[in-house]
Amino acid sequence: MSSLISRNPYRRARRQSAFAGFDPVLTGAVGILLLIGTLLVYAATRDWYSANGLDPQYYLKRHVINIVIGVMLAWGTTVIDYRLLRAYTPILWGFGVLGLAFVLLPGVGSTVNGAKAWIPLPGGFQIQPAELAKISIIVGISMILAERNHDSDTPTTKDILRALGITAVPIALILLQPDMGTVFIISASVVAILGISGAPTRWVAGLLILAVLGGVVATKAGVISGYQVKRLQSFVDPNADSQGSGYQLRQARITVGSGGFIGTGLFKGPQTNGRFVPEQQTDFIFTVAGEELGFLGSGFIVLLYIIILMRAFAIARRSSDPYGQMVCTGVIAWFAFQTFENIGMTLGLMPMTGVPLPFMSYGGSSMFANLIGFGLLQNVHARHRG
Amino acid sequence: MNQRSRLSLIFLQIFIASLLFALMGRLFYLQVAAGPKYKSAALSIQSRDVVTPATRGLIVDSSGVPLALNKVGLAVTVDRTKIDKQPDKGVAVLKDLSTLLNLQYADVWQRTRLCGELPKGAKAGCWTGSRFQPIPITKSADPQIALQIVERSDKYPGISATPIAIRAYPGIAGVNAAHLLGYVGPLTDYELSGASGRSYFRSESIGKAGLEIQYDKFLRGTPGIKTVIVDRKEAVTSTSQNTKPVPGNHLVTNIDIRLQAAAEKALADAVRRARGAGHRADGGAVVVLDVNNGAVLAIASYPTFDPNAFETGLTVQEAKDLYSESTGVPALNRSLQGLYAPGSTFKAVSVIAAHDAGYSLTQNYQCPASVDVGTRTFNNFEAKAQGTISMKKAIAVSCDTIWYQIAFDEWLRDGGLKPKSDAHDYFFNAAGRFQMGTKTGIDLPSESKGRLADRNWRRAWYAQNKDFYCNYQSRTTKSQQTPFLIQLAKENCIDGDKIRAGDAVNFAIGQGDTVVTPIKLAQMYAAIANGGTIWKPVVAKAVISNAGKVIKSYPYEKQGNIDVDATTIAFLHDALHEVTVSGTAASAFAGFPIATAGKTGTAQVFGKNANGSAKDDTAWYASFAPADKPKFAVVMMVSQGGFGASTSAVGVRQIYETIFGVKGSQVDPTKALFLNNNPPVKLPKISPATRPAGEKKK
Repeated sequence: MSSLISRNPYRRARRQSAFAGFDPVLTGAVGILLLIGTLLVYAATRDWYSANGLDPQYYLKRHVINIVIGVMLAWGTTVIDYRLLRAYTPILWGFGVLGLAFVLLPGVGSTVNGAKAWIPLPGGFQIQPAELAKISIIVGISMILAERNHDSDTPTTKDILRALGITAVPIALILLQPDMGTVFIISASVVAILGISGAPTRWVAGLLILAVLGGVVATKAGVISGYQVKRLQSFVDPNADSQGSGYQLRQARITVGSGGFIGTGLFKGPQTNGRFVPEQQTDFIFTVAGEELGFLGSGFIVLLYIIILMRAFAIARRSSDPYGQMVCTGVIAWFAFQTFENIGMTLGLMPMTGVPLPFMSYGGSSMFANLIGFGLLQNVHARHRG
Repeated sequence: MNQRSRLSLIFLQIFIASLLFALMGRLFYLQVAAGPKYKSAALSIQSRDVVTPATRGLIVDSSGVPLALNKVGLAVTVDRTKIDKQPDKGVAVLKDLSTLLNLQYADVWQRTRLCGELPKGAKAGCWTGSRFQPIPITKSADPQIALQIVERSDKYPGISATPIAIRAYPGIAGVNAAHLLGYVGPLTDYELSGASGRSYFRSESIGKAGLEIQYDKFLRGTPGIKTVIVDRKEAVTSTSQNTKPVPGNHLVTNIDIRLQAAAEKALADAVRRARGAGHRADGGAVVVLDVNNGAVLAIASYPTFDPNAFETGLTVQEAKDLYSESTGVPALNRSLQGLYAPGSTFKAVSVIAAHDAGYSLTQNYQCPASVDVGTRTFNNFEAKAQGTISMKKAIAVSCDTIWYQIAFDEWLRDGGLKPKSDAHDYFFNAAGRFQMGTKTGIDLPSESKGRLADRNWRRAWYAQNKDFYCNYQSRTTKSQQTPFLIQLAKENCIDGDKIRAGDAVNFAIGQGDTVVTPIKLAQMYAAIANGGTIWKPVVAKAVISNAGKVIKSYPYEKQGNIDVDATTIAFLHDALHEVTVSGTAASAFAGFPIATAGKTGTAQVFGKNANGSAKDDTAWYASFAPADKPKFAVVMMVSQGGFGASTSAVGVRQIYETIFGVKGSQVDPTKALFLNNNPPVKLPKISPATRPAGEKKK
């Protein structure tokens, strides 16, 4: 099932070390993002925590721990044999669904920003099952759509329905939280995977229309809670709600804009240090970059995302087997839409949905999931060339 | 990878690339193109100006005795932005607070409402400032109570107590001077908008009336500004700018506090006397000028109010009463805003007009009981038939009929209802030389312009009211068309633009449409007293800095001359002195050891009171003294006060007694207010502790 056109003359046949499979450009770009993210998380919390008599390095320490764990997970994902990954996928999916169900139980999940999405753990940590569900869905539907026991190189209707089936369960559970941002990102990933799986265009187009209709109906019928609607409305009119979500969006825009071309300098942003933007170490981390690093720094960050994604496209294109292509595409769509949603929200282009910025925002579950996603890209890069 | 998958991947790649480049473009717009706008928005979010109001300058009298100063008060304030967030909008908190401060809840509620929030007609006592300023409920709280509020911030959310500087009008020597001094209050949104060309800060106070507003720019000083950078919890993280407040400069006035107090008392006594005699006496005014330079030595209006009440907090009732007809509209400064027909006090002007027209001032004239002017009969008002009398005597006894005759003759000579193009208009002319239709230009706000009902005014009036009279048939119902009204309407419609005989003769005795303010009449009598110079009345003498430096001085200003020869002036001095010897004011000045000159006026007022009763006469006394070498002009007016002689002339005598140090019929020069009757020229040293000369130490 290999394609001559996609075959790269350069082949890396042997792996001398545990890191031999890592693409240097992708790894370098992600590494720089992790470093900048760490500095920004510190900048976002340092002054406020010391001013309130708390450990200024509280978030810094935890963020570094998250990265270390995440890097180990990424490394594990890279070196693991993809067949093993396939074998574990149903288990991963099962745990994801269980976690998502568990979080909805009364008295278990903790509610942050209106969404019941976190399972609190001892030591102040908490797990967000939706983040890990993203991986299980991408890997799961790629597996189903790639396994074909017939001659055609397009998936059968039955395969497509199965794929949609295993997507629908976690999405339904996430909708109940409700966490519209994650639903949006997973849907985008699923449509992207289906799109390159060779599935008939009517399926892809149909799903796109369904997603749009679903959004409209959900808003109209009140499936989306008042809180969600408020967030969406404040996107349309950021001045509508001066202390709620509109306030956050306006503050975020002002903070980014006030950075100007060169920024105030790291740790020197008065908006950041005054903590005028809520959630600035997590969902609004990009405001810190905007204010303190200016257009030079924050534009560089966007450029790093472009490099990562374009590099991932190259990996997908070079991959010899549909499974690898589909996993890559799923991860690309995930990273791309999550990045666009997050930064777009900060800049006032997208409604407020509360998704973290990949590789930069503080938050264990998200960091682990992102680095596992990164590991998947590396895995495909290392093993699935034609 | 099949072709469709490949195309899908390329499509996805292009789509994602464009999304991210869109982010880049938006980022460029926000940070580079619109960067400066967001920078200033961020600055306004982070920075707070903490304003330390400057200490307001003192207002002192000509010897340095304070009329207005500052003291430390304890303010209990309400933060509307906080109490509005209570579930009941702060009702419970304000109720508790009212009980604690022993105030009426309704007053406290009203005081914490922005004026814009209240319906028209229910705004009395409302807060003229903004929602974001702490609104003071009282500025003189008991320290014990203030402490309770501070300690129980959970029970009183949004309520705080802080020591503040408050404006105080100490009332030394028993002075009130509310209309003169004015008061201070919070800034209005209009003032804050900078539309007046000055920028203010919310926590500042501003002069609202009188000298406080007139000289506000000198008195207020410059507030200290500390710009601090705050975080989201409004905790200060750093200070970016710090300027110290510069205290305001002091205003030295020409007022003498003892004279002001005496004038106020004399006015109040006059009102009481008039009421005792059965008159309504709903208000009054008194003005004392230095005839040789226009310096205002005392100026007062009745009824008055307590200027301190604005700082301690007005109740709704007090605020309403200030503008209420039933309490006599105490906010109205009758000395410069009240317009009244001058009555017989105008005869001093008529003497000049008669002399201009060639009438001898030494000849005798007929003073019959009445004179027929055309079809109407005009009666002597104050005096009975006097037979043939001299002009001097005519002034002394205030004969009207002599003026009817002269004015009627002159009106006919000028062409009557068909005026000649070169009409002499001696009476209008003389009044015009006194600048009767213009303001005196006194340095106090809201002075009213008098009305000189000459030919020009009459024409302008007709142009405005012609339709009203000419259309009376369509305007009124049949039952309203009484013969009198039809007659009036017809007359006014046909020749309302002309001076009729009745208008001309009324003008000569200060009746009809001509009205003046008490300050204008005082200026006119000062001009007669000093030989003809019209001085602008000035209250301010100088502005002095805290260091004692003279910032600005206010020189005396000549505004013109009444252009009257010395003989006529001498005749007027003599005739007006005669008024106090054998004339209408003789009993008021009986036994007074210093020769004074003056003229009574008992002016008829048309119209009705609210209860339907006819309006009582305006009681005037316009005077100057000493008669031989005039130094002071004193004018007193009591509206609906009855007779000028018994109501006002007696009051003016009281004032002269204080000025000259008169006890009974003796002069005690040591008791006189001024050395050699000359008000101080030298500027005083400024101290809040200065007390009037001669006051006993306590």
